[in-house]
Amino acid sequence: MKKTFSALSLATLFLTTATCVLAAPNVEEIVNKANNAAYYAGKDGKALVDMTITDSQGRTRNREFVILRRDDKDGGNQEFYVFFRKPSDIRKTVFLVHKYTDKDDDRWMYLPDLDLVKRIAASDKRTSFMGSHFFYEDVSGRGINEDKHELLEDGDKFYVLKNTPKDPVSVEFSFYRVWIDKKTFLPMKAEYANKADKPYRVVEALAVEDIQGHPTVTKSRVQDFTSGGETVSEFSNISYDLGLDASIFSERYLRKPPKEVYR
Amino acid sequence: MTACAAVLALAGLFLAAGVARADLQTWKDTFYDAYGVDLNGFIEARNGWRLQNDPHEKDVSLAELRLQLEAGKDLGWGSFGLKGELLSDFVTDDYTALLRDGNFLFSPLAAMDVKMGRQVLTWGTGDLLFINDLFPKDWKSFFIGRDDEYLKAPSDAVKVSYFHELANVDLVFVPVFNPSDHIDGERLSYWNPILGETAGQNFFLDTEERSSFGRDSEFALRLAKNYAGAELALYNYDGFWKTPEGLDPATGQLIYPRLSVYGASARGQLWGGIANLEAGYYDSRQDQHGDDPLIRNSEWRFLTGFERELARDFTGSLQYYVEWMQDYDAYRDSRPAASPARDEYRHLLTLRLTKLLMNQNLVLSFFAYYSPSDQDCYLRPKVQYKIDDHWTIEAGGNFFYGSDDFTFFGQFQDNTNAYASLRWSF
Repeated sequence: MKKTFSALSLATLFLTTATCVLAAPNVEEIVNKANNAAYYAGKDGKALVDMTITDSQGRTRNREFVILRRDDKDGGNQEFYVFFRKPSDIRKTVFLVHKYTDKDDDRWMYLPDLDLVKRIAASDKRTSFMGSHFFYEDVSGRGINEDKHELLEDGDKFYVLKNTPKDPVSVEFSFYRVWIDKKTFLPMKAEYANKADKPYRVVEALAVEDIQGHPTVTKSRVQDFTSGGETVSEFSNISYDLGLDASIFSERYLRKPPKEVYR
Repeated sequence: MTACAAVLALAGLFLAAGVARADLQTWKDTFYDAYGVDLNGFIEARNGWRLQNDPHEKDVSLAELRLQLEAGKDLGWGSFGLKGELLSDFVTDDYTALLRDGNFLFSPLAAMDVKMGRQVLTWGTGDLLFINDLFPKDWKSFFIGRDDEYLKAPSDAVKVSYFHELANVDLVFVPVFNPSDHIDGERLSYWNPILGETAGQNFFLDTEERSSFGRDSEFALRLAKNYAGAELALYNYDGFWKTPEGLDPATGQLIYPRLSVYGASARGQLWGGIANLEAGYYDSRQDQHGDDPLIRNSEWRFLTGFERELARDFTGSLQYYVEWMQDYDAYRDSRPAASPARDEYRHLLTLRLTKLLMNQNLVLSFFAYYSPSDQDCYLRPKVQYKIDDHWTIEAGGNFFYGSDDFTFFGQFQDNTNAYASLRWSF
């Protein structure tokens, strides 16, 4: 079963590479493929994330959490279950997201000390994820229909895309450029420009590994030039296609974390 | 004297903690590898002071050292959870060991979870307002400025949850009644309707014990369904008023009269925020016609709220809540003429503002209750700063104002206090 799967994905990889050789894909195709490569690998997935947040004065803080993801279909609705292990004051806190491509996400936070399931307003996705320099949107992906995309460069290794928001008031950037690896279609770098068109924020993939046939970012970093801080995320224990049950992404498992999140 | 002892003990603890800190994670990992037990906790010092003189209470409203230890063990087919505390309370001059969690969680069926033992339970949609959540609260802790965690007192209960496509069912059985920790004058002064004046440590009223197994049990039921992003629920509770809302003239004791509650709630997204609606009918079964002046009447309770992000890392929420006393004429006619009458409707508005700063390590929060009918209010400002992954400092206040001495928040006016705390988590 597993063999068939990796053979299949290899075939897909080969085919996509072949297409690249024949003709440069159009912008929408690149965007779709990059979105799927970055956020939809496998039908579901799991990773242990170790986040190091460094502020402008060099002080560091750590977050350790397990993230479970399940897709309805590639490019479609998704569910995320984030279980915090560290630091100890937020241990067992769970963050649950039902992400929709056509409407606002549903978000919940479970606070174990109070046994409280709190519903969270999801209006602004460009706010810090748990105090880090990553935004919620960096974790779960920005809707591909929210920007206009232009191909700036069709280089040897990368496609360089310029993305301009359709609703500029809703975001803090005026545009961002993304470097997409031509082989894996993973976005390797995103550089956000402020209203003065100067870069002030960079999100980069620092390491990529092949996991079950999916090129996967195993280390990423976001640098914030305005505040001078940065956050590095390292991903381990990654696996795909675990057959995660849809019920895991419900209230039941906020109170009773699934075995997948324990060490 | 006690303050000195507190400072010394604290210094000692933190010194020890500082030494241990470097190896702490290794030690915790070793412990886990050896016994499969996950160990966490904190040490905290917390002090609070009254901001005015209270003739019935001490100036110090809060002075304590607390050690919390939490241990969890997963057996594969079930898991144990334990959370214990050692508390040295310099206001009551007590040393206590407390158990907040002591339970076993397992799944006898694929679609069923059972949690047995001491546990904190919460449901319902209100923010610091409770209609269908009839699990015990600790109002003393809330009013003197302990961590929010302590508002919820643990229950000794069995919770059975059954998950089905049609609806999820939660049934909580509490074999022996778990009352809320109500204001009795021990730490906070309050309006005593029997005396007809504010009382504190000068006047304790005996409260009945409801401790008979079977006769004094409680049942709470919830049917819940998530329908297209809207969380819908129906509730039923059968037990007792959680605070002593009655008086037995024969014994002169405060009593917990029988109570049944029927309610419903809904919560979902609206206008880029979260809206909630909740209602409940409180059937005061020992005073169903409302003509017993010594037992609280039945009432309807409604609640509606809205929360949304106002700016980046800045959230605001508003709630409106009302208690509508039933058989109000019967209450008016039967009540002793001398004591101040309650209104038929008690309206309440709440406002919450939360601002996160400095990578969310600094949290400024403000919560206000305001009752236009009682003409009183209760303000809870708080500042919390996470110095690093272990240390947290916090300061805040509990401000009570009221035109009258006998209204819900107005009665606590002399308890207005400020507090500060230092916590080391591991």
